[in-house]
Amino acid sequence: MSNTPDLTRRSVLRRAAVAGVLATPAVGLLSACVGGGNEPTTSATGAKTADNPLGVDPKAPLEVVIFNGGLGTKYATDVHIPSYKAKFPEAQVNFSQAEEISTVLQPRFASSTPPDMVNNAGSKLMDQGKLVGAGQVADLSDLFAAPSLDIAGKTVAETLVPGTIEAGTYNGKPYVLNYAYTVFGLWYSGKLFKDKGWTAPTTWADFTALLDKMKTAGLTPYAYAGANAAYYQYLVILTTAAKIGGADVLKNIDNLEAGAWKVDAVKQAAQLWGEVGAKYMNKAHLGLRHTEVQLQQDQYKVGFYPSGSWLENEQSKDTPQGFDYQVAALPSATTSDKLPASALYAAAGEMYFVASKGKNVQGGKEYLRHMLSKAGAKGFTDLTKVLTVVQGSTEGLTLSPGTTSANTALTAAGANNFSFRWDAWYKKMDDECRSATNELMFQGGTADKFVDRMQKVADAVKGDSSIEKFKR
Amino acid sequence: MRHGRYPFVISFLIAPIALYAVFVLAPIVQAFFVAMTDWNGLSPNYNFVGLDNFSKILSDDKFLDAVLHHVVLLVALPIITIAIALFFAFLLNTGGGTRGGTPVGVWGSKFYRVIFFLPQVLAVVIVGVVFGRVFAPDDSGILNGMLGWVGVNPIGFMADFGLMSILATMIWQAVGFYVVLFSAGMASIPGEVYEAAILDGANRFAMFFRITVPMVWDTIQVAWVYLGILAFDAFALVMVMSIEEGGPDGATAVLPVLIYKQGIRESEYGYASALGVALFFLTITFAALSLRTSRRDTIEL
Repeated sequence: MSNTPDLTRRSVLRRAAVAGVLATPAVGLLSACVGGGNEPTTSATGAKTADNPLGVDPKAPLEVVIFNGGLGTKYATDVHIPSYKAKFPEAQVNFSQAEEISTVLQPRFASSTPPDMVNNAGSKLMDQGKLVGAGQVADLSDLFAAPSLDIAGKTVAETLVPGTIEAGTYNGKPYVLNYAYTVFGLWYSGKLFKDKGWTAPTTWADFTALLDKMKTAGLTPYAYAGANAAYYQYLVILTTAAKIGGADVLKNIDNLEAGAWKVDAVKQAAQLWGEVGAKYMNKAHLGLRHTEVQLQQDQYKVGFYPSGSWLENEQSKDTPQGFDYQVAALPSATTSDKLPASALYAAAGEMYFVASKGKNVQGGKEYLRHMLSKAGAKGFTDLTKVLTVVQGSTEGLTLSPGTTSANTALTAAGANNFSFRWDAWYKKMDDECRSATNELMFQGGTADKFVDRMQKVADAVKGDSSIEKFKR
Repeated sequence: MRHGRYPFVISFLIAPIALYAVFVLAPIVQAFFVAMTDWNGLSPNYNFVGLDNFSKILSDDKFLDAVLHHVVLLVALPIITIAIALFFAFLLNTGGGTRGGTPVGVWGSKFYRVIFFLPQVLAVVIVGVVFGRVFAPDDSGILNGMLGWVGVNPIGFMADFGLMSILATMIWQAVGFYVVLFSAGMASIPGEVYEAAILDGANRFAMFFRITVPMVWDTIQVAWVYLGILAFDAFALVMVMSIEEGGPDGATAVLPVLIYKQGIRESEYGYASALGVALFFLTITFAALSLRTSRRDTIEL
C-alpha cells in the first residue's frame, strides 16, 4: 500500500461519490438536439391541371408518418396510400409509424428535415399551436378550395361537416385537418338499461333519480378515472355550462375573455357536477386509470361513463357479448337552459398536417385530399369504427351499436353542437383544469374554488407574453 | 515501477473519457446555453433571452413545491435506507454471535443476501407497476385487500399519501444494494478488532455503534451522496405511480417530472433547460455539503 498512497480505499470512494455527481443525468436531458441546419429547402411541384389541381409533382416521393394508437395504421396502408399511388403510380410513398410522435419527429422539425405529412396524435403529440407558431405547418387553404377527388361538383371544403375547417384554424388560416368526428356524451350499456327498465334521462331531476336507482342496485352510478382522464370530466362540466349559458360561454373561455370562467353558467355547472361527485362516485376512482374504470363498466359495475365515441373501439376486446354501448347527450341542467337537452359536444379531432418545410408540400396536401375523398373516408370508418368529417361517408356501411348511437345523437342535436379548443391551445390550463376537476369531484372541492382556480390560470396565461395566443 | 505508468493508465481512460465528454459533458454545457434561450424545440430558430428563464423559475409555485418534495425525500430517503441497510448488513455479517472467536451472520444469511439484492435487479418501471398494484385504491390492491380483511375501508394511498408511498417504494428498491455495499465494507473490518471488543465485554449494541459504524463510515458517506442523488430523481416512479403524473394537484411533483412536462409536453425547451440547470446546482450543492459535513476522522486500515 505504501507505494500508492494516493489510492486508498477512502479516496477511491470519495472520487466515486464525485463521479456520481457528475453523472447527474437530467441536466443534459433536453439539449440533445438543439441547433441544426436552417437552409431553405425547395419543395417539389408539378403543373396545375384540372386533374391535378394542387400541382403535385407526379414523380416526387412522399413521406407519411402515422401515429400508431387506438386507430391503428391499417387505414393508411390499406386505403389512403393505395389511393394516392393509384393516382400517381410513379411516386414512391414512404410510410412509417410511431407510437411516440414527439420523440421521433421533434428532432426532425428542429433540424428542418420534416416528413411531408404527419398524424400528430397520442399522449406524446407535439404542441400543435407551437408548431404553427414556429412556421412549420403549411397553409391548407388551397386544399380546401380544390375540387373533391370523388364527390363531383364540390370543393373539398363543401364535402365536410360544418366546423371542421374552423377546428384546424389558427389565427384565421387553416393549418390542420381534424379528420375524425367525435361525439362526447354519457356512455352506458344498452343491455343493462333494458334489463332494468331504465331510460336515458333528459332532465337533471331524472338524471339524479336514475343515479339513485343505480346506487340502490349496487352500481357505482357515475365514474371517471382521476389518475389520467380528468379531462373527460371537465369536458362534461363545460358541456353543461354551454347548455345553461349557450355555446358562447365556451368561446369566451377560448378567447381568454376577462372573467370567462366566473360566469354563472360555469359556476352552476360545477356546482351540479360537484354534487354528483360527492354523492354518486367511488372515491377510489381518483387513483385509477381510464382503462381500469372502463373495464369496470364492461363488468356492469359502473352506470354512466363520460367519454368520446372512440370508447367502443377502445374497449372492443373487453366488452362482453351483447353489452350494446349507447351514448346519451347530457341532461338539461335547468328549466331555463339556452340549449336543448339534445345539444352535444361534438368535435373534429385527430390532427393531420403538412410540414411547410418538407420536400413535397403539395404531395402532402394531395394525400389529405385522398383521405377526404368519399372512398377514403368510408375505408377509414370501416376499419376504425370512427366517423370522419366527410359528410355522407357512412352510406352503405354496417355500423356498430355505439357508432349508430353516436350518429343518432348527432342527428338529434342538429346545429346544436359545440366544442372548445383552449385545452389544446394552452396546455397549462389543461393541466390546471385536470387538478381542479379532481379536487371538485373527489376531494371535496367547491364550485367557487373551481372557477377561481381556472380564472387565475387563464389570467396568468393571458398575461404571459411568451405564450402565443389564439382566437376563434 | 512508476515509470511508464501514466501512458498505460491514459490509454485505458481515453475511450471512456471521450464517451463521457460527448454524451454527458457536452449536453450539460449545451443545457446551460439552451437555458438562456426561448427555444421551443420545434424549429431551428430561437432568441437569446439571458436570465429571463431563471427569474421565471423563482416565481414558479410548482418549482418551489417540487423543491420542497425533494427536501422531504432528501432527508427521509438516505436516513431510512441507510438505517435499514446497516441493520440488515450487521445482522448478515456480525449479528449472529461468534464462531471460533470471529463474529458471523445470522442463520441463513447467504440466502437473505440474495433476496435483499433482488429488487435492485428489477427495472424501476416494473417496480413502479408492481407497487401501483400494492397501493391500488380499491380492494384489488394488496394493501387495501389486506386492510379489507380487518374491516378497514380502502385508503387512497396515491391520493392522500402519494409522496410517502413513493418514498416507501424507493426505500424498498434501494435497501438491497446498500445491504450488499455495507456488507462488503464490514467484511473488510479485521476480525481481531471484534475479537478484542468481545474480550473487553462489548455487547452487540456496542459493537455496532463503536466498531462497525465508524469502520464503514466512508461507505456510509458514499451511500448518503448516492441516495441523495436518487432523491433528486424519482422520475420514473412518479410518472408510473402517481395520479396525473405528479399529482393529485402537484402533491408528488418532482423536478425531473416538471422538466419533462415543460420540455416535451409544453415545448418550452428553454425554460425546461433552465429547470435542469437549477436541478444541477441543487444536486451539486447537496453533494458538496454532505461530503463536507460528514467528514470526520476515518480509520485507515
